[in-house]
Amino acid sequence: MNASLRSLLRSWLVHGFLGLMAFLSVAPFAWMVVGATNASIDITSGKLSFGSAFVDNISRLAELYSLPLIFWNSTKIALIGSVVTLAVTSLAGYGFEMFASRTRERVYVVVLLSMMVPFAALMIPLFALMANLDLLDTHAAVILPTLASAYLIFYFRQSSKAFPAELREAAMLDGLREWEIFLFIYVPVMRSTYAAAFIITFMSAWNGFLWPLIALQSPELKTITLVISSLGSAYTPDFGLIMVAVVLATVPMLLIFFLMQRQFVRGLLGSVK
Amino acid sequence: MASVTARARTLNINGWAFVVPALALIAAFAIYPILTSIWMALHAGQGAEATFVGFGNFVRLWSDPMFYQALTNTFIFLLVQVPIMIGLALVMASCLNMPSLRWRGLLRTALFLPCVTSLVAYSVLFRSMFSYDGIANAVLLQLGIVSEPVPWLTDPYWAKVVVMIALTWRWTGYNMIFYLAAMQNADKSIYEASRVDGISSFDRMVFITIPMLKPVILFTTVTSTIGTLQLFDEVMSITQGGPADGTLTLSLYIYNLSFKFMPDFGYAAAVSYVIAGLVAVLAAVQFLATRERTR
Repeated sequence: MNASLRSLLRSWLVHGFLGLMAFLSVAPFAWMVVGATNASIDITSGKLSFGSAFVDNISRLAELYSLPLIFWNSTKIALIGSVVTLAVTSLAGYGFEMFASRTRERVYVVVLLSMMVPFAALMIPLFALMANLDLLDTHAAVILPTLASAYLIFYFRQSSKAFPAELREAAMLDGLREWEIFLFIYVPVMRSTYAAAFIITFMSAWNGFLWPLIALQSPELKTITLVISSLGSAYTPDFGLIMVAVVLATVPMLLIFFLMQRQFVRGLLGSVK
Repeated sequence: MASVTARARTLNINGWAFVVPALALIAAFAIYPILTSIWMALHAGQGAEATFVGFGNFVRLWSDPMFYQALTNTFIFLLVQVPIMIGLALVMASCLNMPSLRWRGLLRTALFLPCVTSLVAYSVLFRSMFSYDGIANAVLLQLGIVSEPVPWLTDPYWAKVVVMIALTWRWTGYNMIFYLAAMQNADKSIYEASRVDGISSFDRMVFITIPMLKPVILFTTVTSTIGTLQLFDEVMSITQGGPADGTLTLSLYIYNLSFKFMPDFGYAAAVSYVIAGLVAVLAAVQFLATRERTR
């Protein structure tokens, strides 16, 4: 009797705790949606109900920025960046794993070590490099430094260990060349690894802030993240506009999350097993 | 015999062909900038007027109050926020792992949802919630927890608290997922045995769960530490380092030195190598701890 009472109490406690935490996790999303329908003054005074300012907010935001263009900029940078990154890093991860040699192992260690240096140390030289290449204030400048992610090379190499060696041997007996094995066998077999990696790269490009902030100046090149930031750094920020922009930036990520939840979590967990 | 060496050579050529695109990009956009920034850290002035100063930039750090401020703030974030977040994530994961839990999928999804947001977007969101007469103060006043509004963003102490609340909101679910995955991979019989033996849930947490999860806890701690040492997006978007440099971090200081104040690239590069040094020391700690475990 006593024991069952105690376990009931504990069950309530656990459900109550997790319920509260879940509420706190979701509440800011509700706040964001409600905020998008309110005027700035109502948002900063904590109004909790839907207002009627949504159309006004979005049309004033559209006056400041061409929203389709901003959206296109973000999508273009994230898509091109992700596809090229996946191609380059999966080739390298596969190459380092399948064609191991002593020299390449040393090179691999250097690649991993390059991950240790924080981005803050790279941003000034990168800025100077882009200026020399005459690429400043272009999307290429934003995309190029993100392409060869050492982390993803590591991720693909770890994942390649699970690629069955018999498949490769069978393909060789069939007379397939190395690049054919990679393209027609490895890529299709590892598609869930690619899906997870795609989500990581797409999300980090979509959300990228510090480097695009430095590399881009023209308003017509800005991404949605930069738009939120420049709206926020105004002397008197208009939170109505900011909330609309935050909703616009968040909805695509939420869609990806709900459509590909498993790959999403797998991507975050990386190759930690 | 000749065909064996020929085959080895083909393998070697293929090996390089697969890795060369990535290596070229890493050389251009990681290795070359790293070498340039080392050169910068050892020089003062810019371009043709740059003069070699050796460790002069690093010596200058010793007497720079703003550097100390940024270093102190960064370590306050590190030492206060990371343990709270890791602890909370552990408790949440072990609650989610209870066999009798209802609405498990729903709760897990809800707890994980903050990970979807971009750093800038959620930071701006928190800034709006913690304005002086904003929703956070309204709720606290309503519940009678405070008697007058908290000066969240205008007081250096409370501004740090807001940044930590925001960081905890965004990253706890992320860390929780790692623990949850590790717990589900763990041997269930250990848990069942401890339940039969009548071990209290607190003891189970301290004596079974935490030791079992040690490698994952270590991994998440080091990742969070590196993330905190490089903290930029949140402080830039919530407080811009203010008030009175109360939330200035090392990365934000580097940004200010390079792009906001009179550009001082050499000095900024020196500060960035302080971060690199701290990251390296912590990575070494992780390496040693992991090696000890496998021995």
